[in-house]
Amino acid sequence: MNQSHALTCLFARALRVDRGGRVIVRNITFDLCAGEALVALGRNGAGKSTLLRAIAGFLPISDGELSHDGGSDTPLPELCHYVGHADGLKSALTAAENLEFWARMLARRSSSEVLSPLQALERVNLKRLADFPVAYLSAGQKRRVALARLFVAPRPLWILDEPATALDVASQEVLSEAFARHRGAGGMIIAATHAPLGLTDAAVLQLDAAVRAPGGNG
Amino acid sequence: MKQSPLSALFWRELRIARSVGGGGSMGLVFFLILVSLTPFAIGPDLNLLSRIGPAILWIAALLATLLGLDRLFQSDADDGSLDLLLTASTPLELLVLVKCAAHWMATALPLVIASPLLGLTLAMEPASLAGISLSLLAGTPALTMLGAIGAALTAGLRRGGLLMAVLILPLATPVLIFGVSSAAAASGGTVPFHIPMLILCALSLAAVAGAPFAAAAALRARDA
Repeated sequence: MNQSHALTCLFARALRVDRGGRVIVRNITFDLCAGEALVALGRNGAGKSTLLRAIAGFLPISDGELSHDGGSDTPLPELCHYVGHADGLKSALTAAENLEFWARMLARRSSSEVLSPLQALERVNLKRLADFPVAYLSAGQKRRVALARLFVAPRPLWILDEPATALDVASQEVLSEAFARHRGAGGMIIAATHAPLGLTDAAVLQLDAAVRAPGGNG
Repeated sequence: MKQSPLSALFWRELRIARSVGGGGSMGLVFFLILVSLTPFAIGPDLNLLSRIGPAILWIAALLATLLGLDRLFQSDADDGSLDLLLTASTPLELLVLVKCAAHWMATALPLVIASPLLGLTLAMEPASLAGISLSLLAGTPALTMLGAIGAALTAGLRRGGLLMAVLILPLATPVLIFGVSSAAAASGGTVPFHIPMLILCALSLAAVAGAPFAAAAALRARDA
C-alpha cells in the first residue's frame, strides 16, 4: 500500500524544447526508474533549467516523447515536486504557514510518510524559526524552507534546479540524507547541480550546448 | 481539521491581502480619495452632484478594482508559487476562481460597504444610495473576473499593470453602463430598477463562468 511511489519508470525519447522559436535543448533521451537519480550537467545557459521545467510540465515539449509507467494515469506534473530558483514562499507569512499551505495544496491521496510542517522544519533544522515571517529569513534559510516542502507532501519524482544554492555544509548533508531516504523508498530525483549531494552514483545527462546554433545564449 | 486545498488557498490569499504591503486596503483608500476629490473639482452644485453621483462612484470603483488586480498573479509568478500551483492536482481554473473570490472579498467588498457613505458626500438620495450599493455588489464580481484575465495575460511581464488596464477597461464598458443605469434607475426614471440590475447580474455570472478558463489558459501559456 505504497501508492505515492507507484511511479515506477520515466522515459524520455528524443525530447526537444523550444523557447521563443529557438531550440534550447534537443535529443534528450533517458530512462529513470524507481530509486534512481539523474543529474543534468552543462555550462551556464546549456538549457538545464529549461529541460527541468519542461519535464515538470511548465514548458511545452516541442518534439519527442515523455512517458511514465505506474502512477495510475496521474499526469506527470502531479507526481513531481519542483524546487527551482524561486522559492515559492510568501514573505508575509511565516515558514510554518507557508509549508502548511503547500502541504494542503500538493497533498496526494494515500501518501505514505507525511511529515507535519513543524516536523519538516525540524528536519531542515529551522524549527525555532517556524513562527518567523519568511521575509526575515536569509537566502539559505528560505531555500531550506522550500526544500522542507519535499517532506510535507510526498511525491515520487523530485525535480530540483540547483537545490544546493546558498545552503551551508550541514544543510547539504541533510539534503543528501533526504535524497538517500527518498531513493531508498523508491523515489526518483532529477537534479541540475554541481554539488555532490550524495548523487555520485547517479546517471549523468550532459547537455551539450554545441548542438545549438552559434550565438544562442538561451 | 484538514483544510481542502481550495479553502487553504482562500485563507492564504486573504491573509496576504490583509498583511502590510498586501494592498488589500489600498483600493478602498484610493476609492475614498477619488470620490471625495470630485466635489472639489465640480463645485458645490448639489443637484449636479446627486445626478452624476452614481457615475462617479462607479468609475471610482472600476479604477480602485483595477489598482490591486495587477498583482493578482504577478506576485505568484515572481516568487515561483504559480509553477507549484500548476503541479497541484486541483484544476487551475478552480484555483483562479478561488483566488478571485478572495481578492473580491479583500478589495471589492469594502468598496460596496463604503459606497453609501461616500454617496452621502455626493448628495445622493436614500433610494439612490441603496441602488449604488446593490449595483456595486452585483457588478464588481464581473470587474474582478474580467481583470483576472488581464492579470493572467500580463503575469509574466514587468510593469504589466498599465497594459492590463488598457486591455480590460474596454471590456468593462457594459458593466459600467448597466451598473450606472441601475443605480440611477433606483431613484426614479423611465426604466424599472430590476431591468438593468438583472442584466448586470447576468454579466457577472457570465464573467464568473467564463473568465477562470481564459485566465487559466493564459497562465499555462505564460512561459511558452
